[in-house]
Amino acid sequence: MSRVRVLVGTKKGAFILTADGRREQWEVNGPHFGGWEIYHLKGSAAQPDRLYASQTSGWFGQVMQRSDDGGKTWEAISNEFKYDGVPGTHQWYDGTQHPWEFKRIWHLEPSPTDPDIVYAGAEDAALFKAVDGGRTWQELPGLRSAKGHLWQPGAGGMCLHTIILDPKRPERIFIAISAAGVFRTDDTGKTWKPANRGLKSPYELPDPDAEVGHCVHRIAMHPSHPDVLFMQKHWDVMRTNDAGESWSEVSGNLPSDFGFPIEVHAHEPETIYVVPIKSDSEHFPPEGKLRVYRSRTGGNEWEALTRGLPQKDCYVNVLRDAMAVDSLEPCGVYFGTTGGQVYMSPDSGETWIPIVHDLPAVLSVEVQSLP
Amino acid sequence: MIHVVLPFHLRTLARVDGDVHLEIEGPATLGSVLDALEARHPVLRGAIRDQVTLIRRPFVRFYACEEDLSHEPPQTQLPAAVVNGAEPFLIVGAMAGG
Repeated sequence: MSRVRVLVGTKKGAFILTADGRREQWEVNGPHFGGWEIYHLKGSAAQPDRLYASQTSGWFGQVMQRSDDGGKTWEAISNEFKYDGVPGTHQWYDGTQHPWEFKRIWHLEPSPTDPDIVYAGAEDAALFKAVDGGRTWQELPGLRSAKGHLWQPGAGGMCLHTIILDPKRPERIFIAISAAGVFRTDDTGKTWKPANRGLKSPYELPDPDAEVGHCVHRIAMHPSHPDVLFMQKHWDVMRTNDAGESWSEVSGNLPSDFGFPIEVHAHEPETIYVVPIKSDSEHFPPEGKLRVYRSRTGGNEWEALTRGLPQKDCYVNVLRDAMAVDSLEPCGVYFGTTGGQVYMSPDSGETWIPIVHDLPAVLSVEVQSLP
Repeated sequence: MIHVVLPFHLRTLARVDGDVHLEIEGPATLGSVLDALEARHPVLRGAIRDQVTLIRRPFVRFYACEEDLSHEPPQTQLPAAVVNGAEPFLIVGAMAGG
């Protein structure tokens, strides 16, 4: 019988939750790296017992970890992230230019075909790549040539938080950066261009249609339709049908189109999930009701999914990397909250069950479907 | 023999139970003891000082013989009592809330 392994990064360590394919009985393992912020863990699809983890601390900086046995044991790998050449500068809060400074790794994206290849998204925003299992990291500096001098950190930091590898065109990569936007390469990272046409940020930018500067919170893709991307922006849920050449709004009847994560059903490319948050000033669910919203039409028409979720006095948030799906049948949907709950739906969102109630604030959730 | 006392998280990271005992060749300075520590435990590179600039991380402090050496330059000679092992060299995670 198949199994699932849920990789949970929290403010105070990593946890690994496992169950068989029925997803009823869960084993909780952790904390790993207790006391450290684990921004993200992700497994290699090519070698599922290989996991990569970003371990960070305000005191002791960035540590990178790798496991080759599904998280039983870990080995520290290189934490040396050097910006290529002279790092240069980006826009700063006071309008001056500020040097790029490495702070942490937000997101790890292993290659789907080679377990030794992994990409890492950094704050200050840059994309790094390892081809040796993480022993050495090289920046793909062309990204910062895509108007990087105009990028400016938002309140959460100038972080590269999303990396999507096109499964049909290996030379194509999409990335997203807070307060900068989406960027795409079609030559494996040598050159990049902004892919933000159609995004509108009237409350955040002097030019609401600017080429860069939009606060993209998350993008998601179904591997069978790699030209279709869905986006949860600071405000607005968006989609593109042409690989980011143009975006259109699909917020439809959502109670709020502010939020952080967005995810696509494993078997239905037009079924998507978001978790609406009241506003940019109040990062909690509207009316104190934790509701996942699902669209089966690729946006615009949304239904609230509430069964099993708290429907009063709930003021948690769900962060951008804290939602994921498994590939079992029916598709399982998972998300973690800043209140330390990890909820799981074994039926594509109809019902929700808390796997754990009381972890530290959840920063990231990934799911592996294992044979 | 210099006895280096690490904070909890760095002991865990370096997988050591107690103090780290280091023999330093040449002058025992702030810089040379950190060089020797990182050579013994490469996983600590970047955790105490920046890997490129070698500047101390803001919330890491260096204490010895009841003196704060955190702001001293790397070539600063360690006190004789630290060099002969009578007193430890303390690497401390600063109080920083949270």
